[in-house]
Amino acid sequence: MDLYSNHKRLYLAALGFFLALTLFVAIIPALSNQQTTAVLPGSRPLNALEKEGKAIFIAEGCVACHTQQVRNLDMDKNWGSRPSIAADYAGMTRTDVWRNTATLMGSERTGPDLTNIGNRQPAEDWHLLHLYNPRLVVSTSVMPSYEWLFISKEYAFPEDRVLNIPGAEKGGRKIVVSHQAMALVAYLQSLKQLKLPDGRTVPVFLYSKDAGKVSGAAPALKKDTGYDGDALYASNCSSCHQPNGQGIPGAFPSLKGSKIVLDPDPLVQVTIIMKGYDGRAAEGYGAMPAVGTNNNLKPEEVAAIVNHERSSWGNQSKQVTAEEVKKIISSLK
Amino acid sequence: MMKTNKLFITAFAGMISTSAAFAGTDDTTGISGQGISDVVYGLLMGAVIFLMLLLLLWLYRLSVKLRFETKDVNADHKRRMQQQVSALDRTDLSHLLTHRASLRKRTGNNAGIVTAVILMSLLTAPAKAETGQAPDLLLKSPGMIITVTLILLPLMVAIWYTGIKISRLIRRIQFRRIRNETDDLITAADTDPDFYHLLLERKASLDFKLSDRELGSNVFPADQKGLLHNVAEVDSPRFLAAKRKASVPHDLDKSLVRAILWFLGSATAWLVLGTSVGEYLGIKFVAPDADHVSWLSFGRLRPIHTNMVFWGWSSLAMLGLGYYVVPRVSNTGIFSIRLAYWSLILVNSAVLCGSLTLMAGINNGGGEYREYIWPVMALFGAGILLTLYNYYRTIGSRKTTEIYISNWYIVAAMMFVTVIALVGYLPQWQNGLGETIVQGYYMHQAVGMWFMLFNLGLIYYFLPQQLNTPIYSYSLGILAFWAQILFYTLIGTHHFLFSSIPWWLQTVAIVGSVGMLIPVFAGTTNFLLTMKGNFHKISRSYTLPFYLVGVIFYFTGSMQGTAEAFRETNLVWHFTDFTTAHSHITMYGIIAFMLWAFIYTLVPRLTGKEPGQHWVGAHFWLALVGLLFYTVPLMIGGTLRGIAWQSGKPFIDSVVLMAPYWLWRAIGGSLMWLSHLVFCWNMYTMTLRRSENEIRRQVMDALGDNHMISNPV
Repeated sequence: MDLYSNHKRLYLAALGFFLALTLFVAIIPALSNQQTTAVLPGSRPLNALEKEGKAIFIAEGCVACHTQQVRNLDMDKNWGSRPSIAADYAGMTRTDVWRNTATLMGSERTGPDLTNIGNRQPAEDWHLLHLYNPRLVVSTSVMPSYEWLFISKEYAFPEDRVLNIPGAEKGGRKIVVSHQAMALVAYLQSLKQLKLPDGRTVPVFLYSKDAGKVSGAAPALKKDTGYDGDALYASNCSSCHQPNGQGIPGAFPSLKGSKIVLDPDPLVQVTIIMKGYDGRAAEGYGAMPAVGTNNNLKPEEVAAIVNHERSSWGNQSKQVTAEEVKKIISSLK
Repeated sequence: MMKTNKLFITAFAGMISTSAAFAGTDDTTGISGQGISDVVYGLLMGAVIFLMLLLLLWLYRLSVKLRFETKDVNADHKRRMQQQVSALDRTDLSHLLTHRASLRKRTGNNAGIVTAVILMSLLTAPAKAETGQAPDLLLKSPGMIITVTLILLPLMVAIWYTGIKISRLIRRIQFRRIRNETDDLITAADTDPDFYHLLLERKASLDFKLSDRELGSNVFPADQKGLLHNVAEVDSPRFLAAKRKASVPHDLDKSLVRAILWFLGSATAWLVLGTSVGEYLGIKFVAPDADHVSWLSFGRLRPIHTNMVFWGWSSLAMLGLGYYVVPRVSNTGIFSIRLAYWSLILVNSAVLCGSLTLMAGINNGGGEYREYIWPVMALFGAGILLTLYNYYRTIGSRKTTEIYISNWYIVAAMMFVTVIALVGYLPQWQNGLGETIVQGYYMHQAVGMWFMLFNLGLIYYFLPQQLNTPIYSYSLGILAFWAQILFYTLIGTHHFLFSSIPWWLQTVAIVGSVGMLIPVFAGTTNFLLTMKGNFHKISRSYTLPFYLVGVIFYFTGSMQGTAEAFRETNLVWHFTDFTTAHSHITMYGIIAFMLWAFIYTLVPRLTGKEPGQHWVGAHFWLALVGLLFYTVPLMIGGTLRGIAWQSGKPFIDSVVLMAPYWLWRAIGGSLMWLSHLVFCWNMYTMTLRRSENEIRRQVMDALGDNHMISNPV
């Protein structure tokens, strides 16, 4: 056949075929997506500091381990209240002359997803300590330490922000937070999933476990609320208060023997979980975010956490029911 | 037969006990849950059914044997006798011939056999019914599965026990038959004169002996035709098998040889450097506090590793090998060697600049394999374009009418990678989600349309060349070519299943992934059938094992890619280290192994210097074992991690879960890295290191310069 002995025709045919498929599968979908999607109302562009932080996030290659996409799968529920949609990424454009757009969706989840980290973990102190050395706050973490975002000084200036390192000897060198570290934390705090405007259908999470569950299939192992307080504590609380409940001295208070936890009336404890707390800043403790509200915890889940805290690490206090918690939460609104 | 059966049974007993252990550890490690118990039940059920089928097969074969043993022996008495005679040796015959004994009566007892047959048919019938139902039960609740398993287990033991009994019975009958037949033989020898005569004849034939001088001669041996070279006597046992030597050096333009060696040499340097980085990254998973230096942090080093082995090692090696293959199959010389050097410099500088900028924290935006900023990638693209032009002009001046299939694949890969880089880097369609759609296309086309396509082109030349046989089917190669373009181009977005890119596009990617079965089957069939009839050559060659591993991984790695693309499997494996294992099976198992195969084939023919065979062996085994240690644990760990995520466990638990698998990865990675050092040494032996022959030739050449040779031999 002529095609197989004429190199011009053969290579043009192959190239043409490939170009046509490329148009169909990459260029046209990308262009149409670009034209048809608009940003969500209520979203705002990153400010200067956050932009700087995003540049650091890109430069350090954080995307190698952290995704920024909530898939429409039941197991991604932890990472956001709804699946990500095209509009979430619509505002992102080319970074600068040298660098491409960065949606940072990622393709590997060695570490947690960060789509909603601004809501899930808004505490600045936690982020700074975690960046300085992740194993200070999460002992089993394999994340690299970003020590070079901090400056070690003999004496700190009054305007310097000094990092309180647990276990560091008094009078030693001061660890001062650099501008870049603040920028990176500002970027992380800006990562929040927006609510969809009213009237727009929220995409559902697929492959839900509950859908296939046989009724009456023995939740006997679980505690009375039907939720595993141990696991919920690990997911929502232990990054600051630690798995042993003792917190990190000088940064996050201990729950072991805490007056609030041992109080038979759960009002204060539930309120702090739902609304956050800033009462012990004078002692050097950071502000606690409103974990329960941010992570959309159900009253049953809050009750499971409260009961876990009340019965662990030597704590022995009155257990609460989901109804009590529900009543307190509704009184808070 | 008994032995193999027992072996199977112990193997499967082992399998069951491991899955039972799996189920047991389940609660303690805290990764239990619906998903895991489903898997365990499934495995257990599968094992039980498989075991059952195996037992049935065994029983069936026993029954066949039994029928054979109980067949009427007298039917073809004569033929059997003659058969037996041929089996007798000289001493047996002389015993028979001298024997004079009285008749003995044959005895037989069939009652036991009949009962055994009946018992067996009774037993297999209910067992068959049981296995027929089992698959349906899989769908039902775990409780039912356990119950059925509990019923099946004793049943299986009973069948097994009966089988043992029957096989013993068969052996008893068999022994008796043999004894009887031998007795018959003796009787016949004593009574039948014809048979006695036959025996005598046979004895005479067996007594025949050669004089041992038939092929000999009294002339002293001498190599008068000059057939032997480098005669060396081996008087001690060999520790390692000797492989065939490469044939004599090709008579190739010296300047082209030098250019090709520059390409391959720099590729080797990038391989060692790039995998040293990879090795360090693997260690960081186990020891995250190994260093706190910004330029060496994980996030910065990871893209350096991937890009360096992609654009540095694989691409440069491919280009260099292309400079040999393209003119060779066109039966002409290369168009321009100057362009080749420019291309070499451009690609090398791209990798160098790219690695330095990435270390300094200048990153294009985090899309995988797209981390180099555009000025760096432009250098790479320019290098590719120069070589593309060079290849194209060479093919234009070919001396053959047709274009050999290697050149289809190679030039297509060169054109496509240019398109892919342009689509990936032009800014017009990169806003918002457009960037992700392009990313899916870019990262997968770079792998499949550049590395895979180019390597297929190379193997269509090198494999037949090494086997000294034509490719099995030219048409299958053509089919694979067009099918690869059609399906591979579509599959990029399967890296973003369940993300916010359009659902139809995800479905197209899945369909394309399944379509990839066509080119992969066509290619694998073609290569394996080319090897067919030549498999004995593999053990005698030090290059062919690399080809075989490359082809096997081409099949398994590509199949694995298809398997991962379905929504149900993506659910478990996406985002986990399973993907990392897959990318190493393909980029290392397929691409790197094939490139090594080609390099070990080509370079000795270019330079006339061969690597030490034991060093090539060390390279091969370290790389292969290392790759398996790397990938298998990551696949297991990745699966467990995906299941843990599905069961809603705290995320940090899934990090802790991976620790042992990451350790295995580091161990496997170290072996792979070590094999690259060996490869580097082999490259040195094949190129720069002075060989004995070279030194000898030098002296001889000096001789030739001093004395005019008047009468060359």
